[in-house]
Amino acid sequence: MFEGWDAVAFARAQFAFTMSFHIVFPAFTIGLASYLAVLEALWLWSGREVFINLFNYWLKIFAVVFGMGVVSGIVMSYQFGTNWSAFSDKAGPVIGPLMAYEVLTAFFLEAGFLGVMLFGLKRVGHRLHFLATAMVAIGTLISAFWILSANSWMQTPTGYAFSAEGQFVAADWLKVIFNPSFPYRLVHMVLAAYLTTAMVVGAVGAFHLLRNQNLAGPRVMFSMAMWMATLVAPIQILAGDQHGLNTLEHQPVKIMAMEGHFESHKDGAPLILFGWPNESAGKVEYAVEVPKLGSLILKHSFDAPLAGLDTVPRENWPPVPITFWSFRIMVGMGLLMLGLGLLSLLMRWRGKLYEFRLLHMFAVAMGPAGFVAVLAGWITTETGRQPFTVYGLLRTAESASPLAAPAVGSSLAAFIVVYFAVFATGIIYILRLMAQPPHQGEQGPERDVHARAAGITPAAGAVAAEGAAR
Amino acid sequence: MIAIDLPTIWAFIIAFAVFVYVVMDGFDLGLGILFPLFPAKADRDVIMNSVAPVWDGNETWLVLGGGGMMAAFPLAYAVLMPALYTPMIAMLIGLIFRGVAFEFRSRTTQRESNRWDIAFAGGSWLATVAQGIALGAILQGIHVEGRHYAGGWWDWLTPFSILTGLALVVGYALLGATWLVLKTEGELRNKAYGLSWSLLFAMLGSIGAVSIATPFLHIQYAQRWFTWPNVILTAPVPIAVAGVTLLLLSSLARRQDSQPFFLSLVLFALSYAGLGISMYPYIVPQSITIWQAASPENSQIFMLFGVAVLVPLILGYTAWAYWVFRGKVRPESGYH
Repeated sequence: MFEGWDAVAFARAQFAFTMSFHIVFPAFTIGLASYLAVLEALWLWSGREVFINLFNYWLKIFAVVFGMGVVSGIVMSYQFGTNWSAFSDKAGPVIGPLMAYEVLTAFFLEAGFLGVMLFGLKRVGHRLHFLATAMVAIGTLISAFWILSANSWMQTPTGYAFSAEGQFVAADWLKVIFNPSFPYRLVHMVLAAYLTTAMVVGAVGAFHLLRNQNLAGPRVMFSMAMWMATLVAPIQILAGDQHGLNTLEHQPVKIMAMEGHFESHKDGAPLILFGWPNESAGKVEYAVEVPKLGSLILKHSFDAPLAGLDTVPRENWPPVPITFWSFRIMVGMGLLMLGLGLLSLLMRWRGKLYEFRLLHMFAVAMGPAGFVAVLAGWITTETGRQPFTVYGLLRTAESASPLAAPAVGSSLAAFIVVYFAVFATGIIYILRLMAQPPHQGEQGPERDVHARAAGITPAAGAVAAEGAAR
Repeated sequence: MIAIDLPTIWAFIIAFAVFVYVVMDGFDLGLGILFPLFPAKADRDVIMNSVAPVWDGNETWLVLGGGGMMAAFPLAYAVLMPALYTPMIAMLIGLIFRGVAFEFRSRTTQRESNRWDIAFAGGSWLATVAQGIALGAILQGIHVEGRHYAGGWWDWLTPFSILTGLALVVGYALLGATWLVLKTEGELRNKAYGLSWSLLFAMLGSIGAVSIATPFLHIQYAQRWFTWPNVILTAPVPIAVAGVTLLLLSSLARRQDSQPFFLSLVLFALSYAGLGISMYPYIVPQSITIWQAASPENSQIFMLFGVAVLVPLILGYTAWAYWVFRGKVRPESGYH
């Protein structure tokens, strides 16, 4: 099988496939962990039962998503070695420590406190349990910090030198960690994770509001999610714009591909809204464009000149159609989220937030929008930096392992089969949990069968009742 | 004879991370290996619940071992991973199946639950055999040219690597069985005691078989163990194995629940030290030493700060999590 195929193409497909599956889970858990911490804090502060019910409801979903994130993440950490050994050898001295710090500061923190967060409420008391939840939430953010630093360094490498063996070496760790694109990417990704979670929470709330407008749980979660959309979607669009300007400065070729700018424009580049980028013809066919708007957005001036792909050697072009279209999908999702946020604000102002069914239907439809936007955004940034793994310095083709196509092709096939079988099932289980509305006395994922707790565990709902009584 | 320099310190750190992984994920993989012997759902629930709060932390050590090796010894990582390609992929797939089973089996109907029980057992077997084979493949040597792996993608498969694969299954199963002795009561514990007896003898047989086979792989291994004055350093290892075995047998005979698990850990530690004696100072046996594979000094120093501060902290809060869920696990007809 797979004789005569290109091993590097298989390795790239494998990274794209396993990464696309993986990113969905942390994008959700980063936001959900923070949401859970907020819910638990609100419960401890106000004593309102609805908050602990919502906490336990989303905690069960969190447990399933987190488990899938862990196992798909281990695959990522070993894939650098299995499929990209030349990259690991050359860039390991710089990238490796960043990832080691992610493990030491984030993964252990999450894993160490996750057990208490999931199963320990009755064992450690409220305050310690809240500490555990907060630690898990902080862990997800620290994890984002390091992995985005590593990714950003590969996009905009600074602070490095070369060793005698041709390896990258850090000349200045602070410049490595805080490389030019890192702050923008970190803000953009964390906001994306929060928006993704808001879309899911909002959709689940709206789904149950469509059936019954009087349930406390769905009302609270829908309202919270819509506040998030209203406030964060505009900030995210602003952050995305700033990230784009940063990319123009450090990775102009990526912007050319995102904008479909094959040709250079001396006095003002158009903004191409839609079209079909034809790489061999070197132009965007059927283009719908607004004159000079491209220069206004990117250079903040109508007549600013913008260089195009015609200034770049052909072998350094990224795949233009994918970059061009994935970028538009991401932006489209962002605008829809902004629309949802604004519509909910209007309905809130009119006092119809829980009654206006069209808003609820819109919110249900937007449930997956965050995931689509995250995937499209990552495809844009990762495809747009091709054909390099370390931008401008190490080509993707020179990064791969010395493996023949049958090995990489077989493992790719195995991952595709396993991922669809396992993670599709997981998603079904999550949807099943979401199909039930949160109810009074909602139980967490705890199956606390340890003897010590079993003796003192009151009947179901006791914790909730206790919370309500405070 | 061992100069304390950065690569040596890092070799010990990576070895420590891998060892912690081996014993911690070892016992929860061992539970998966033993799963088919406990067909009753009530027993299986207890077994799963005994590790559900901690398995994720156990597996994080694997990420530290891999990530740490990429950071501290990138050349070794870059050579070993392609050389062990198939066992590594098999291990990852095994870990996926068993990892998701923890949550999935309690989110399902009765019939589906059984499917994830099979995934838990099958995934544990697959991951363990793959890890054992990887160990054997490393010990028997890897074909390196320049800075690359230069062998084929089936080089890892030999009678020796199959032996180490099966030996690890036995070892993890022993850890799993003694963990159940520690954490359960009644019939389940009685069964675990019975298994511990058989598995201990199987483990001793495995240690013996691997120990006898290893010196035949390379003359260097034989010289390391059997020449004067090395013997002064190497002889205490088998002697200690014999001593710990006697203690373990006695604790099983006297049914002291808390001891067999920890004594099994010591048995693992001694076997692991034996491996270290065979390999040192190579990280890829007979071709790449820890000094050849080492990252530049400033990478190793940068991480050393993190390890020095964070690993004690990690051990502290991990111990706390185990403490929170201490004691025997009892079946309860409550939640599922």
